[in-house]
Amino acid sequence: MLILTCPCCGVTAEETELHPGGEAHLERIGPGGSDAAFEAYLFARRNPRGVHFERWRHAHGCGKWFLAARDTATLQVFGTYSAQTPHPPAQIVAAIRRARPDWQPHWTQAE
Amino acid sequence: MTHTPSFRLARGGRLIDRARQIPFRFDGRHLRGLQGDTLASALLANGQMMMGRSFKYHRPRGPLASGAEEPNALFGLGQGGRFEPNQRATTTALLSGMVMQSQNCWPSLDADIGAVNGWLSPMFPAGFYYKTFIHPRAFWKHLFEPVIRHSAGLGRAPSDPDPDRYEQAYAHTETVVVGGGIAGLTAAREAARAGGRVLVLEQGPVWGGRTPVDHRDGQARIEALLADLGARPNVTLRRNCMATGLYDHGYLLAREALADHDPDQGIPRQRLWRIRARQVVTATGALERPLSFAMNDVPGVMLASAVRDFILDYGVAPGRRLVVVTNNDDAYRTALIAQEAGLEVAAIIDARPRAGGDLAQAARAANIPVLTGTGIARVRGGRHVEGVIHCDQSGEGRPTGAIDCDVVAMSGGWSPVVHLYSHCGGKLIWDEAEAMFRPDPARPPLGADGQGNVTATGAANGDLRCAGDLERAEDATMPVWCMPQNAPYKLRSKMWLDFQNDVKVSDVQLAAREGYASVEHTKRYTTLGMATDQGKLSNINGLAVLSEALSQPIPQTGTTTFRPPYTPLTLATIAADARGDAFQPLRRTPIHDWHARNGAAWEPVGQWRRPYSYPRAGEDRHAAVNREILAVRKGVGTLDASTLGKIVVRGPDAGRFLDMLYTNMMSTLPVGKCRYGLMCSENGFLMDDGVVARLTEDSWLCHTTTGGAERIHGHMEDWLQCEWWDWQVYTANLTEQYAQIAVAGPKARALLERLPGSIDLSQQALPFMQWAEGEVAGIPARIYRISFSGELSYEIAVPAGRGLDLWERLHEAGHDMGITPYGTEAMHVMRAEKGFIMIGDETDGTIIPQDLGLGWAISKKKADYIGKRAQSRSFMTDRARWQLVGLESLDGRVIPDGAYAVDAGSNANGQRKMQGRVTSSYHSPTLDRPIAMALVRHGPERMGQVLDFPLPSGEVMQGRICDPVFYDREGGRLNG
Repeated sequence: MLILTCPCCGVTAEETELHPGGEAHLERIGPGGSDAAFEAYLFARRNPRGVHFERWRHAHGCGKWFLAARDTATLQVFGTYSAQTPHPPAQIVAAIRRARPDWQPHWTQAE
Repeated sequence: MTHTPSFRLARGGRLIDRARQIPFRFDGRHLRGLQGDTLASALLANGQMMMGRSFKYHRPRGPLASGAEEPNALFGLGQGGRFEPNQRATTTALLSGMVMQSQNCWPSLDADIGAVNGWLSPMFPAGFYYKTFIHPRAFWKHLFEPVIRHSAGLGRAPSDPDPDRYEQAYAHTETVVVGGGIAGLTAAREAARAGGRVLVLEQGPVWGGRTPVDHRDGQARIEALLADLGARPNVTLRRNCMATGLYDHGYLLAREALADHDPDQGIPRQRLWRIRARQVVTATGALERPLSFAMNDVPGVMLASAVRDFILDYGVAPGRRLVVVTNNDDAYRTALIAQEAGLEVAAIIDARPRAGGDLAQAARAANIPVLTGTGIARVRGGRHVEGVIHCDQSGEGRPTGAIDCDVVAMSGGWSPVVHLYSHCGGKLIWDEAEAMFRPDPARPPLGADGQGNVTATGAANGDLRCAGDLERAEDATMPVWCMPQNAPYKLRSKMWLDFQNDVKVSDVQLAAREGYASVEHTKRYTTLGMATDQGKLSNINGLAVLSEALSQPIPQTGTTTFRPPYTPLTLATIAADARGDAFQPLRRTPIHDWHARNGAAWEPVGQWRRPYSYPRAGEDRHAAVNREILAVRKGVGTLDASTLGKIVVRGPDAGRFLDMLYTNMMSTLPVGKCRYGLMCSENGFLMDDGVVARLTEDSWLCHTTTGGAERIHGHMEDWLQCEWWDWQVYTANLTEQYAQIAVAGPKARALLERLPGSIDLSQQALPFMQWAEGEVAGIPARIYRISFSGELSYEIAVPAGRGLDLWERLHEAGHDMGITPYGTEAMHVMRAEKGFIMIGDETDGTIIPQDLGLGWAISKKKADYIGKRAQSRSFMTDRARWQLVGLESLDGRVIPDGAYAVDAGSNANGQRKMQGRVTSSYHSPTLDRPIAMALVRHGPERMGQVLDFPLPSGEVMQGRICDPVFYDREGGRLNG
């Protein structure tokens, strides 16, 4: 029964008000993508013990999707943020770094 | 016989009211207890020590404890729908007229046939079931399993619905303190002083925990704290409220007993509190551990703390002559209290070489014999303790003497109750001095902010002397895991670790010898700490024995995982009001009441109720279906289609978005026209279908299946919000805003033309797959010329509030035409006659449109749509995929839905190979013969071939492959 704050409407909601949507920041592979890339997109999900980025929908609230950065082992929530971003924003990365100095992002931050 | 039970003491009993006698029935006997008694204290007062039989060997058992950790004294309580198994006699308050039944015995507690298991106990070692019931294979199903199932399970389930009411409530608080003992109340005072709301939960009916029993000034100290807390407006005190589980981010579940076993109060029986707290304080105290000596399960062997609880709380003597056996100073209290209450204390057997603490000195001063360095070799007696034989603790059990007694009070030290702390990730550390695990303050459960949100306090934190006089001299507890230390197998095989599941020291040692090094594996192999015990009594003793057997320190062995609930929750409490009609919302269409008045047989479709058919007098559901179909085919019928999903998609990028969502092209659909569309998941599988109408230049109305409306709307929003967030599109689910009525049949147009209206319904003005807007019978309406029945059909959408009006106007106008309401089953059969697929019949989450001959509805021109990439994967393009065909039954009977077509040969598991299956199968009243649709390997290329469908009865039915369109292949009727 996690507690997450919806960044769209600002409500701090508990898990029963939310609908989980799996890993965040997947890059869609469409026609033209290789078999391997498409398979990875469809089926291969990160399942880290530690920092993870997830999709959540405020299903029994404003109805909007948002993203959450949290630790899957300790349940610490580093922050929630808009779903309309290809990578976690700088303030989320900074919040993670403060709590987990050794953590390294798995994506290459655009310039 | 007098009414004063013989084991009730003349004085004492702080929780009972001697003026109020309470009659009750136990296994058919009429007995009396006192107001304030628990079932256990009332039975003990009546001299009834034996209260149950153990689970595996059916050994006679008495109460071991006085609280929630009791493993033996479990009863079935109540009658009929109020019967409840496994109620702890030690925590259940006695109420007038209570009826209780002992468990695990047949025909009675005294003469139990299953006790033969005990004589055979050498044949039932750890893992007995796993080892024995393997061969011969055939014996499992017919012999072993029925016998084991018959004797398996603790207690029996009630057979009637629970008539009581249960409720749930929410609480949000700064601090919740679990435990109303001295530590909990003190912590609550601290939290209350700091401000913020404080909620204090006490599992039992009285405050104070052990303090009033164990300390002379205890009651006064508790009352002072309660007075302080009671005066604070920010503190809520709640008794009879058991915290059963602690979950993520400070979410705590607690069950409050309001009217347990007392249905006449007219209030809910229990209330489940769903509490969210910023800080949780566990002040849950500690549980006393049993000692492992031979025959430590004979009725009359009890925890030392329980013996003094029964004496002081209930004025009940568990026996006349007491022996205390201990490895610590605390148990000396029991000897002193028992002697003061008038019991004879025959001896204190102390495993430690020396006992020089203040309590030991007091015992000696009271002329109680103290035998140090001594252990119990074995207990004498079968159904009741008759005495003990003692020995040197350091030896192998050679008797050093015998003492007659009828109660043995044992204490193996104390273990903090760490369950809640552990439930959501708090870690434990091993405390060498007290031989116990206690919460590690450095590794608590964490809140959302990453900071610890649970703290343990008092005995629950390992501070066993938190209520005591710290000045008092006390000798250290000496770990004793086996008494005597070098006991031979004969003794070890009679030392119980888990009294409920009959796990003994020898079982755990055997598990270790057989290679079970992990404590979690050992638990499952031996059943140690399973069922309601959940590690309360057996945990530390069991893992200490395992550690010794593995020659490793206890912390290295670790504990098993503590899982909620701490004590069982009834399912009724978890469900509360969400049962019966309130289980889930019922969705009714605007025409629902008309259906009900006209005899609809209902079919649940998701949360909707839809008419399956409208049986008339003398008709069953199926006869009604046939009549309804023929009426539509020959005249005109109406279907309430209001449940169909109706989602408006609008915006500059709506066409582009729908082109991604559907397999076919929607952006090119002209305003005023309709198009049937298919929606696939990103996996390529068909997930929904329906007709899309283009309403305006920038808006489309998407019809979905009844069950799919919310899901498809969510699917649209997911893609819009998370993938194409820069596209300008809005969606709105208008399903409930419109009533929709299908008017179908050759006379549909003639019927509608009888109603006043502004819409030209002619074939030229409104041909198939077009829509028009205007008025019908004075009601604003949109008419779609679409058909799921294969007949001339108009679907009329009107504002929901006008739906019933339109339906009734149609039926008035069509009365002389024989207008017939038809239900979902007639709709299903008619669509099958036409070879139209049905989501959920022809699809099951593994079917792509190409399997169903729907290639015509997949755009070849589009660069992309959801599912397109998946549909080019090798196994999606495999020509051997099963494809949709029709089936004609060879013998005129309906082939069962779901029947499989067998192929030649067998697979690697020796099973017949399959080549297809039936997806829809009906008797067609239109054609007066069976029709079916099936998915068959290479099906469309095999017209005319006959397939075999073996049935579970062994009979084989045959079907010939044919075209799936059985009726009006040219489409003249729906275009008419």
